[in-house]
Amino acid sequence: MIKQAGDWLRGTQVWKSIFRHGPPTTARNRTMVMLSNVFLHLHPVRARASGIRLSFTWCMGGLTFFLFLVEAVTGILLMFYYRPVAASAYMDIMALREDVPLGIMREIHRWGAHAMVITVWLHMFRVFMTGSYKPPREFNWGIGVVLLVLTLLLSFTGYLLPWDQLAVWAITVGTNMARAHPVVGYEGPGANLLQVNGIALVHSGDDIRYALLGGRFVGEATLLRFYVLHCIAVPVMAMVLMAVHFWRVRKDGGISGPL
Amino acid sequence: MADPTVKDRPVQWPSPWPYDFPVEGTAASAPDKVARVAGVEPAPPVQMTRRSAFGAAFLGWGAFLTAVGVGKLGLVRFLFPNVSFEEPQEFPTAPPESFSRDTVDETWKKNGVWIANVEGSIIAISTVCTHLGCTPNWLPSESKFKCPCHGSGYYMNGVNFEGPTPRPLERFRVYIGDDGKLWVDKNMKCQVEQGTCGDRKFGIPA
Ligand code: HEM
Ligand code: FES
Repeated sequence: MIKQAGDWLRGTQVWKSIFRHGPPTTARNRTMVMLSNVFLHLHPVRARASGIRLSFTWCMGGLTFFLFLVEAVTGILLMFYYRPVAASAYMDIMALREDVPLGIMREIHRWGAHAMVITVWLHMFRVFMTGSYKPPREFNWGIGVVLLVLTLLLSFTGYLLPWDQLAVWAITVGTNMARAHPVVGYEGPGANLLQVNGIALVHSGDDIRYALLGGRFVGEATLLRFYVLHCIAVPVMAMVLMAVHFWRVRKDGGISGPL
Repeated sequence: MADPTVKDRPVQWPSPWPYDFPVEGTAASAPDKVARVAGVEPAPPVQMTRRSAFGAAFLGWGAFLTAVGVGKLGLVRFLFPNVSFEEPQEFPTAPPESFSRDTVDETWKKNGVWIANVEGSIIAISTVCTHLGCTPNWLPSESKFKCPCHGSGYYMNGVNFEGPTPRPLERFRVYIGDDGKLWVDKNMKCQVEQGTCGDRKFGIPA
């Protein structure tokens, strides 16, 4: 019965228009499954048994990716209720907790973010401990470092959005670092080299921190900037780099072997 | 190991240039073919020397990269707003007589300064904690500034004495404006620990 239904389904035009290969019963078809799917083709066609062992990878990269997906879905849901405007941001956060159905959504998003930071570090740790950063995987290690920074930036930019005392002061303190950036931060080394007739060209009203905050202080403009960074700019960059990251695992010969 | 269903075929790597996929006709004959199909006379082949091809490529890429570069500059410029809705950096406070001896006036805290009449001069103290940038509170009963973030404490003159901060609060330029009021100019600041606050610019005699 079930087999008949399956055969019928695989014979329909809809099925055939989507899947251009036979059932994955032969090695060739199994290869085709991987190669003819835009998502699967990022993966190696074959994986070493050792690479699949949980004790080797801890599936930490996979867990990080899973958490990224959780964050994307819950984040989009939160966006339906949250307005990045100083007058309403905090109230919207409160409403998400108290009035909106499934107030746990915000907690999932927040705990997921914490978990993702932890798993990305653990993933890096396992890659390091298994020596998987060695040639030919140096480039993927480099991509990974950027992904790590993007993950941390996602947490940092999201931190401001609740717009409570903790948020504003944490971002105030955090972005103060940008003041000390060499040359482009107004308190950084080399900033005073850029002068015209004793007037500093890099000052608190035009340095890198000003561009980041949209002002001298964490304010309305900062909230909007961080919202856009948090919801669009950083996730898009992370998605592109993740695609490259997974593709490179395949191109570098699949997951590395045990030591 | 080898998959029997996939035919072994020799793979050349790196593949030779030009790639070994079949090309119909040659580059030279292709325009003829198009012309023949369209039923018109083939255009005379464009004569291009190696040198002029190089020049054209140089120009083309040069123009393209310049455009991209200028576009990037525009992108960076876009991040700097022309109009800021923050409190102005230079503003009047009150006539100097209104600041009595050994007091801290909190009226302009929203502009980022305390006006203090201390040690014989009137100074404008920055409200930014020199530890990590929170805003301390002025505690009149204890006569000190106390930061809620990590507990740094400062005397009335802004000099630190407790907590993690490594240095005193900064001071801004002050002057008597044409209106007789004390003006604060936050574009210029001094640091006590660097000895830059001795200047008259940063404190007028009370
Ligand atoms: C958003 C963050 C990241 C995601 C989603 C991610 C995802 C993955 C996945 C799914 C794998 C397959 C193997 C596994 O699961 O362990 C992998 C492998 C790898 N990752 Fe990441 N990763 C991230 C960040 C990083 C970081 C921070 C590094 C190191 C700096 C890194 C370096 C590598 C390397 C070198 C491999 C190949 C390992 C091997 O072949 O054994 N990745 N990554
Ligand atoms: S920021 Fe004031 S004590 Fe840390």
